[in-house]
Amino acid sequence: MSATLQKNTPAAPDLASALARPPRGGWVEAARAAAEARLEQTGLPGRRDEYWRFTRPDTLTAPEAGTAALLKDDEAPFFGGTDCLNLVFVDGAFDADASDKLEGTGLTIERLADVAATSDHWAQELYGVLEARGQKPVVRPLAAINTARATDGLLIRATGKVEKPIAIRYLRRDADADAMLHSVVRVEEGASLTLLENGPAAARFNSVLEVDLGDEAAFHHIRTQGRDHERREATHIFARLGRESLFKSFTLSANGALTRNECIIEMTGDDGVAHVAGAALGDGASGAFHHDDTIFVTHDALRCESRQVFKKVLRNGAVGVFQGKILVKAGAQKTDGYQISQSLLLDEDSQFLAKPELEIYADDVVCSHGSTTGAIDETALFYLRSRGVEKAEAQDLLVLSFLAEAIEEIDDADLAANINDRLAAWLRRRRS
Amino acid sequence: MLKITDLHVQLEEEDKKILKGVNLTVETGKVHAIMGPNGSGKSTLSYVLSGREGYEVTQGSAELDGEEILEMDPEERAAAGLFLAFQYPVEIPGVGNMTFLRTAVNAQRKARGQEEMSATDFLKEVRAKAKSLKIDADMLKRPVNVGFSGGEKKRNEILQMAMLEPRMCILDETDSGLDVDAMKLVADGVNALRDEGRSFLVITHYQRLLDHIKPDVVHIMADGRIIKTGGPELALEVENNGYADLLEGTA
Repeated sequence: MSATLQKNTPAAPDLASALARPPRGGWVEAARAAAEARLEQTGLPGRRDEYWRFTRPDTLTAPEAGTAALLKDDEAPFFGGTDCLNLVFVDGAFDADASDKLEGTGLTIERLADVAATSDHWAQELYGVLEARGQKPVVRPLAAINTARATDGLLIRATGKVEKPIAIRYLRRDADADAMLHSVVRVEEGASLTLLENGPAAARFNSVLEVDLGDEAAFHHIRTQGRDHERREATHIFARLGRESLFKSFTLSANGALTRNECIIEMTGDDGVAHVAGAALGDGASGAFHHDDTIFVTHDALRCESRQVFKKVLRNGAVGVFQGKILVKAGAQKTDGYQISQSLLLDEDSQFLAKPELEIYADDVVCSHGSTTGAIDETALFYLRSRGVEKAEAQDLLVLSFLAEAIEEIDDADLAANINDRLAAWLRRRRS
Repeated sequence: MLKITDLHVQLEEEDKKILKGVNLTVETGKVHAIMGPNGSGKSTLSYVLSGREGYEVTQGSAELDGEEILEMDPEERAAAGLFLAFQYPVEIPGVGNMTFLRTAVNAQRKARGQEEMSATDFLKEVRAKAKSLKIDADMLKRPVNVGFSGGEKKRNEILQMAMLEPRMCILDETDSGLDVDAMKLVADGVNALRDEGRSFLVITHYQRLLDHIKPDVVHIMADGRIIKTGGPELALEVENNGYADLLEGTA
């Protein structure tokens, strides 16, 4: 099933006309021009576009970012106990003083802004290339505009097993900042890399992360999106997997007026494994909450495994959206595809909209998908309370229990524990 | 210890009376058994005493050490010393058994104004108690009851009971779904907890559990009432003749 965007005639100024075009020149110019052409063809997303029916794109496409109050966040930083290569962006601008040196063993890491003007770069084979591939069959104009207009981001190339995770910390100081970052990760054959992202980035954030995995490469991605209530963001991950490679991405989200996380995965080498998971918590009482996971996994090789595990906990008018697709191309035999999207509605005001899709053109595959919406299990709640656990705490335990399948997608036990602890703390804070 | 007086209960959702005037007193240190045919109200009694939602008490009272418990939240009853071993223990994915136990123990200590148990003391105690119930380290680490066999689930209930040290223990059909060996293990666990300060109300359909957990008093329940009370010999009578004779005798 393909969706074409209705070309929106720009009557009013929009993001495309408001955003400056980057300076010309350098290896990136061609990719930017191509993306500009894609954008020209599709226009920005509108409400009538099939994949924007559940999520209003207007605040993402408006010329101004709008204001998002800064949350006074006195929490210890995420991944605090893990030794990382720390890189800091403040309102989307790289903060060299606050960051570690851009170097590491088995790794080259550069800023797009520093190298965009050079004539050749390894990233030119990937920059905007994976994004362009991911525009079919569903167009993703917010990713195209990012390729065309973003001026910074990280270009990371892992040539060996990189022990120390790269941690990108996004901080906010300006309540109105509009940020756009475009990063490219190439994990060479047999190499491995862990990328962590944490923080709210900006009042409005548009990010693209292109990930190319060589044969037998491994990439772990763990992301926590900031708790600022009014922030809006559209993130995109475009991943291409080589033979026997491993891709794992987990995202934890709490709060946020609008979050749209897209993940587009293409399994191009045999025996690849791709898992993408997310846990989201929203409480409409502290501001609008709308969280959208839009996933597209394409199987185009033999014996690949993909898993999509998405869980949302919603209350007080919070809205959760899941649009997930598994496309198995002809010849992608022995595909093992799994998709689950579930919501836990803590009241009757909240809403979960799910659109699970399977499209299969091979005859020897195992694909399953499920989507559920439910309330707290009263029997389980009684069980916990009968053991002396207070109602509020028992509810929190059941929320954690509900989210567990998603959190179990994090392989690193310390990072998983960190996520779990943080979640528990958030839930406790909600109670008081 | 536990004094139930003229307890009438119906379902909240529908006009269906389940308990129709239960009178029962369990003395401190004693083991009472309630036997009865299916649908007689045995499990309902256990749920109402422990505070499950969905039931409406229309008349009567239940006191634990002179204190009315029917108005309390389930967690308050637990803190007051009441424990229900479930007929169908609930699986809670993603919550480790150990975490759950520790949360429960500390919640009750907190409610009683006691200090939290230190991690080391807690670990030591769990390990010792788990060992006697043949619960291995793996079962302690796994999520609560997830993937446990029927016998493992029931042993896990008894482990919770051993850790929480309640004074009034209600066992709801703890023998259901157990083979002879598993039942003996569970019964041994219960017997180890018998104490002059602790009372038990053992609800069972069959007499066989009472071979292992010897009751002081046996009650027969039918149609929402206790219809007969006697010694252990009453259980044997049921075993030999079934419930029909007893029911006829009171009709």
